[in-house]
Amino acid sequence: MSMLKEGRPTAPVAVEQGDAIPATFTGNRGLMLEEALIFELGDDRTTGVDLEPAPAAPSRLGGLDRSAPIGLAGLSEPETVRHYTRLSRQNYGIDLGVFPLGSCTMKHNPRLNESVARLPGFADVHPLQPVSTVQGALGVMEQLSDWLLKLTNMAAVALSPKAGAHGELCGLLAIRAALEAQGDARSVILVPESAHGTNPATAAFCGYRVEDIPATEDGRVNVAALTARLGPDVAAVMITNPNTCGLFERDMKVIADAVHGVGAFVYCDGANFNAIVGRVRPGDLGVDAMHINLHKTFSTPHGGGGPGSGPVVLSAALAPYAPLPFVERGEDGSLHLIEEETAGEHHAGSFGRMTAFHGQMGMYTRALTYMLSHGNDGLRQVSGDAVLNANYVLRSLEGVLDAPFGAAGPCMHEALFSDKGLAEGFSTIDVAKGLIDEGFHPMTMYFPLVVHGAMLVEPTETESKAGLDQFIGALRSVATRAKNGDPSLKGAPHFAPRRRLDETQAARKPVLSWTPPAPAEAAE
Amino acid sequence: MSRYFTDEHEWIDVSGDIATVGITDYAQEQLGDIVFVELPAEGKVFAKGDDAAVVESVKAASDVYAPISGEVVEANGALEDEPALVNSDAEEDGWFFKLRLTDTSELDELMDEAAYKEFVANL
Repeated sequence: MSMLKEGRPTAPVAVEQGDAIPATFTGNRGLMLEEALIFELGDDRTTGVDLEPAPAAPSRLGGLDRSAPIGLAGLSEPETVRHYTRLSRQNYGIDLGVFPLGSCTMKHNPRLNESVARLPGFADVHPLQPVSTVQGALGVMEQLSDWLLKLTNMAAVALSPKAGAHGELCGLLAIRAALEAQGDARSVILVPESAHGTNPATAAFCGYRVEDIPATEDGRVNVAALTARLGPDVAAVMITNPNTCGLFERDMKVIADAVHGVGAFVYCDGANFNAIVGRVRPGDLGVDAMHINLHKTFSTPHGGGGPGSGPVVLSAALAPYAPLPFVERGEDGSLHLIEEETAGEHHAGSFGRMTAFHGQMGMYTRALTYMLSHGNDGLRQVSGDAVLNANYVLRSLEGVLDAPFGAAGPCMHEALFSDKGLAEGFSTIDVAKGLIDEGFHPMTMYFPLVVHGAMLVEPTETESKAGLDQFIGALRSVATRAKNGDPSLKGAPHFAPRRRLDETQAARKPVLSWTPPAPAEAAE
Repeated sequence: MSRYFTDEHEWIDVSGDIATVGITDYAQEQLGDIVFVELPAEGKVFAKGDDAAVVESVKAASDVYAPISGEVVEANGALEDEPALVNSDAEEDGWFFKLRLTDTSELDELMDEAAYKEFVANL
């Protein structure tokens, strides 16, 4: 035989080296690459695009011409591509794993939505195109409006608000317009502690005085305290339902009747609509205005993935004040937009407009695709599975983490835990940082404020049982370490591209721009 | 000079008709690391209970109320550069602003140090 002795060893050799991991020359750790700031890469003579120098032309800048180089980073095309690809690998997103942020509904974004939104007839339209050429896009808006109204049993919908807080503003402006039309401008908005944090901010931005309404022991609106405060100065009550404790406000109808009894309106924060879609119609509960986050309930990408969209549904009492524009179908069957010039008598009460154009068309297309592909029964299953998953998380972890409202019955779309029972010196932040080492985005922490050291977990319906079991196992492991006072947890995250940051210094002395290093001293 | 306290965790030193206002050591402890302080402009006139300053910690932003009515005669500019002073020395160098009092009888409604200590102990 011929003995070919060249070749490589194919089994690892056991080496005694203890736990110490050697530092690398590059700072890279295996396939996890350390990446510099873009300004620290390349140099100003390198560029992916070579252009001829611009021909000299007389300046019309009145002496304001740039006198020094602008200092843009100089990178070739492969350097640029690698820079952003490397950064993207340090990111965490819903396409990588469970994203359990509470009140955020980070569900899977179906790829079908994307392919529909990219159809040229939707993706390439311009807001100033003649309406006769965008009948399909207007048809999407009409059909989306129809679905939203049916799902909520409300009278009108304003599609244009760009996200949740913008929707809140839209709802409050409609309420203000309605009250002013009655010659009864009021000054106070009541916000229960169990509402979203943006609610009081919106009310204050709208010029109202905000008053808190306390929560009950079981995490819901204190109805007695609320009704006791109602009076002729109250313009509206802003309620989040299901609320930020992950609980359904069971007394919604009682509250709404009392609020209407004093001539005020009910604003409902619909950020948590995912837990009730297809099962509860807010219009049946006496809600006058509610925003619906298409980017949460109806799976349009958000966070770093895309813009939000927060249509607002309005009751019959508020419908005349809704902002422009609207899509309306004419007698000949064609669709047109109702704008200022065409508003006429029917929309004379409109308080104005929320956006320059018509809102987030791409999100409308995605949301309608989601609705049509799920259907009525599918949307009903969405909320059912979302609630089931949250309760699975709650019941699987209540033995190891304190669940302050766990005894109050099932939760809705999210499970709420507190930091009670963690070892002395350990808090929610340590659990959150430990989860990063386990490969998960942390949950919402320290909110809502009604619970000490809150941990708010919203798994959504798109996680499988296997995925949830892994997340639950990880959270149980980290929580157990925090209860046992494991000192290594205080140093977490150990495996992330960066360790624990000094948030105080980041806030006190933020470095918001890159400063070029001082030029090196010329060698003697 | 006498020192008064409010149930909103502010302290007030009164010397003549000038009152120096800050937040208590208990308050800074509760707020955590303070990262920003917004102070009132000189000449601004407050009624008792008006929003007078904002203190922002890593946890939250909180309003500081005018504990008594008066006109701002000086704000502690040192806090703008070094908000951490509120953490390190809340009841001396970390003062917020000085007011010229318009109604000294309002002082009667405030707590003395012993009463404030008891108030905090019961929180």
